[in-house]
Amino acid sequence: MSLDPWVLLAIACMSLATYATRAGGYLLFRAIRPPALMREMLAYIPGALFVSYVVPALFIGGLQQWVGAGATVALMLLTRQMSLAILGGTAAAWCVWAWA
Amino acid sequence: MTRDSPQDSRPSFTRAALRNGMRQAMPLQLAMIPFGLVCGVVAEGKGLSLLEAVLMSAFCYAGSAQLLALSQWAVPVPVLAVTLAAFVVNLRLALMGPVVGPWLDRVRGWRLWTSLFMMADQNWAMSVREMQTGRGDAGFLFGSGLVMWITWVVTTAAGHVMGGTLRPPGGHPLFFAALAVFVAICAAMWRGRRDLLPYAVAGLVAVASFRLLGGTWYIILGALAGAAAGVIRDRRA
Repeated sequence: MSLDPWVLLAIACMSLATYATRAGGYLLFRAIRPPALMREMLAYIPGALFVSYVVPALFIGGLQQWVGAGATVALMLLTRQMSLAILGGTAAAWCVWAWA
Repeated sequence: MTRDSPQDSRPSFTRAALRNGMRQAMPLQLAMIPFGLVCGVVAEGKGLSLLEAVLMSAFCYAGSAQLLALSQWAVPVPVLAVTLAAFVVNLRLALMGPVVGPWLDRVRGWRLWTSLFMMADQNWAMSVREMQTGRGDAGFLFGSGLVMWITWVVTTAAGHVMGGTLRPPGGHPLFFAALAVFVAICAAMWRGRRDLLPYAVAGLVAVASFRLLGGTWYIILGALAGAAAGVIRDRRA
């Protein structure tokens, strides 16, 4: 169990920077009373954010990622069960990996 | 007390919502396990002690930021570089906070600060869905986040302990589970045809900025472009 002071400093700085993003966006929005345009945008942020996360990952991914993602979306839309969709999608990706 | 605004502003952080959040987050934990294990394995590989790895997960509590920071790890630690990496990857959290504002506006003190701390991608997505149904309060965000935080810290520790013995190869489908969570959230967030344009614009801008800029700015740029496209379309209609 060692604790390096530089590692500790890095962890502290990373943690503060992360907390600043968690609290900062909310506090800023509360303080400045943003214009209507920005408030309307908030309704679209959730979907757009996760699409932006996923699409580049699929873009550089291969058959395994594509089949897995397809199965995940299909299961999610059919069953509305997130855990089932994730397990089924991962299983589909695993099948592609095992057969490749 | 009279309600002078359409929005109820009474403080709200109920035990029922907290329990409901914890319960709803449980099934998701299975998909988070590989992600935490990977984080622990990588930390061990980079020479962090078990205590250091656990401290990082407990206080930073941000998977993608930790993995990116660990990829730049060296001796001595490039403190500024890893801090900047964590900040930029997590800028998306700054966009996420205001979305759950209606809940957060109704809590004060430690409940507000810990609810903000517990906000991560998956439980935030669950909270947005819960909020859209008109149920719940900040307790839901806190409770679902607490379950994820425990999983995150425990699996990081487990990954560190397994370290050298278990090292799945890079393309192993276990890693896909983390991406599958986000894919499932995309599908869950889909509200019908009006989301087609923002989704498409977000995807295109994300891929374009991913290729042109590298780094992790593509998440924020894609999200902002997609949301802007949706609002501009609505305003013209």
